[in-house]
Amino acid sequence: MAVTRETAETVKDIEQYKYGFVTDIESDKAPKGLSEDIIRFISAKKNEPEWMLEYRLKAYRYWLTLADEEPTWAKLQFPKIDYQAAYYYAAPKREKLASLDEVDPKLLETYKKLGIPLLEQQMLAGVAVDAVFDSVSVATTYKKKLEEMGVIFSPISEAVHKHPELVKKYLGSVVPYSDNFYATLNAAVFTDGSFVYIPKGLRCPMELSTYFRINEKNTGQFERTLIIADEGSYVSYLEGCTAPQRDENQLHAAVVELIALDNAEIKYSTVQNWYPGDAEGKGGIYNFVTKRGACRGANSKIMWTQVETGSSITWKYPSCILQGDNSVGEFYSVAITNNRQQADTGTKMIHLGKGTRSKIISKGISAGRADNTYRGLVRIGAKADKARNYTQCDSLLIGDKCGAHTVPYIESRNPTATTEHEATTSKISDDQLFYCMQRGMKQEEAVSLIVNGFCKEVLQTLPMEFAVEAQKLVGISLEGSVG
Amino acid sequence: MSLLEIKNLHASVAGKEILKGVNLTLEPGEVHAIMGPNGTGKSTLSNVIAGREGYEVTKGGVLLDGKDILAMEPDERARAGIFLAFQYPVEIPGVTTSAFLKTALNAKRRAEGKSEIDAMEFMKLVKKKTEALGMPYDMIKRALNVGFSGGEKKRAEVLQMTMLEPRVAILDETDSGLDIDALRVVSEGVNSLRAPDRAFLVITHYQRLLDYIVPDHVHVLANGRIAASGGKELALELEAEGYAKYLNAAA
Ligand SMILES: Nc1ncnc2c1ncn2[C@@H]1O[C@H](COP(=O)(O)OP(=O)(O)OP(=O)(O)O)[C@@H](O)[C@H]1O
Ligand SMILES: [Mg+2]
Repeated sequence: MAVTRETAETVKDIEQYKYGFVTDIESDKAPKGLSEDIIRFISAKKNEPEWMLEYRLKAYRYWLTLADEEPTWAKLQFPKIDYQAAYYYAAPKREKLASLDEVDPKLLETYKKLGIPLLEQQMLAGVAVDAVFDSVSVATTYKKKLEEMGVIFSPISEAVHKHPELVKKYLGSVVPYSDNFYATLNAAVFTDGSFVYIPKGLRCPMELSTYFRINEKNTGQFERTLIIADEGSYVSYLEGCTAPQRDENQLHAAVVELIALDNAEIKYSTVQNWYPGDAEGKGGIYNFVTKRGACRGANSKIMWTQVETGSSITWKYPSCILQGDNSVGEFYSVAITNNRQQADTGTKMIHLGKGTRSKIISKGISAGRADNTYRGLVRIGAKADKARNYTQCDSLLIGDKCGAHTVPYIESRNPTATTEHEATTSKISDDQLFYCMQRGMKQEEAVSLIVNGFCKEVLQTLPMEFAVEAQKLVGISLEGSVG
Repeated sequence: MSLLEIKNLHASVAGKEILKGVNLTLEPGEVHAIMGPNGTGKSTLSNVIAGREGYEVTKGGVLLDGKDILAMEPDERARAGIFLAFQYPVEIPGVTTSAFLKTALNAKRRAEGKSEIDAMEFMKLVKKKTEALGMPYDMIKRALNVGFSGGEKKRAEVLQMTMLEPRVAILDETDSGLDIDALRVVSEGVNSLRAPDRAFLVITHYQRLLDYIVPDHVHVLANGRIAASGGKELALELEAEGYAKYLNAAA
């Protein structure tokens, strides 16, 4: 794969520093592999306080004990990952391109279809942009407004310095460093990510990250996000981008933690479109993500919406721990796999408080030779009186070489609780395609229309402007899947 | 030039020859009716014209404006102006009638080099067309054909036709399943589209429809060929006497 080769070439020189490296914190680069020294280096580069370093080391030491315990229960197949062959700090970047003329025309065409503004296209495609442009100043203006309202929205590396009490209190409180293989790795080596704190009673008046999307720093492969909604507050947070993104790093292991206190609500929307690899599945991103939200307070609510179209492998289960009485967890998911993509994704709803409710709507679309698995757990604890869950899993198959699987686990320890599960599997029929085409639609347009109809319920939960892009994306990611 | 010309068309389904040399010419402005016994190949003929997969044309051609369309994809034929009102309309779950209509209309507009229709204009247009067909406007918010009654499905087909304004409209038993009032309303819808540059091919089993949509020509399709052609009176004669004469003659 080209990207790997480029990476290899760019970093050849770093290898040579390997042995004399330990004391050299001035360097911008760290050699391959993982060790306590590397972690100390990362922490030192970020000028972190001792407690943060200790946290990382604790995670690392724990990770070593897991060495051969990568989860294998998911329905995914991929070659064993050599963690010592990866870079954990300052992975070398490709050279910036001089202009859009140098960008793969196919990629540009996709951007155009998605209606991405020119400037954003340049940033996404890795074109050097050094002019000061409008949207950045727009972003700055909004950032100032947010600050005035008491919202903290910053890189997590900055929050470690400016708001250590909040970070100390909440980091790892939903996804402990010992949670799972990938989360542990993330805790040891995370590079950066977002930190959000919404003060009591505030309804955050804008979608966080909409305005900041193109302004975001490259947070790398081990992203760490922490969002805290204090009592009675509300926030809607958007992650990702509909435009296909390339990355030099094949392995991604992000961690996202959400905390909703009494009467607070967090809406977290993701569009994931990492490079899926070529038609044979070569070179795509491996995405192992741990996302979890804790509804700590009474009447709190966390809502996950995800549109997963990219990556060669997706391993992801955004979950809710419903601790507060009458708290609500919702999960809306569209997962599209085409060609050789594999996705094993779903959610966990852990009902602990009384009167807690959860809703799961999952739409899996599989085409080509792809495999798509919904894996979900609904657990109802002994104290969760009258807890309720509704789960609906629909699968849509395009062609006859792909697979769809539904693996729901339900565990209830409270007789007053109710759970409902519905599942359907359907196919796009030749008759449907012919019917649409007889009305003048191109085949791809027909597929897009039908698939968008199939996942409408989920797309509707996305913030408006994101929803429009996501609709187009659904069509684009299935191009070439029929005929 | 003739609008649509079907020339010595032979077509097979699953290895069995169904059309055995159909000849039929539609001049601009004309309405042709085709009648014939069950299983004789009327729907086969419509499907072959529209380009459905699974039909093998072994001989002959179908010409639109003098150009053979048999090598074209179904969507290309549609954008060239061929419309088929299906005998059995297909359900499209999750896709609202409105979204479907809009996508189809925009596909046509793009092909004509026009911009996509604006939301308000679209709403107005749909409102007008549904009203004319006696359909409740709310119907367009429902998934296309899903849970529609037989008659509602047929109306939805005609709605699509009046929105897309094709050049050649083939109506495959659009009258079956319609109640008496609906038959009249739908026929009015068809008649309102009659125009000097448009032609209709109306497949029906019932003479009654032709009281409303008065054809210029009536044909009998039997044994894979046009066995007889005439004016409107042919339909009356068929109603009285049945198809025995044509089946025997051919046998
Ligand atoms: N896919 C298929 N496989 C096998 N035979 C088929 C297939 N499709 C059509 N046929 C046969 O072709 C013949 C013509 O069918 P067609 O639907 O064209 O008849 P029709 O004239 O439209 O009949 P009706 O008046 O009942 O609608 C029938 O005998 C039918 O069974
Ligand atoms: Mg028929």
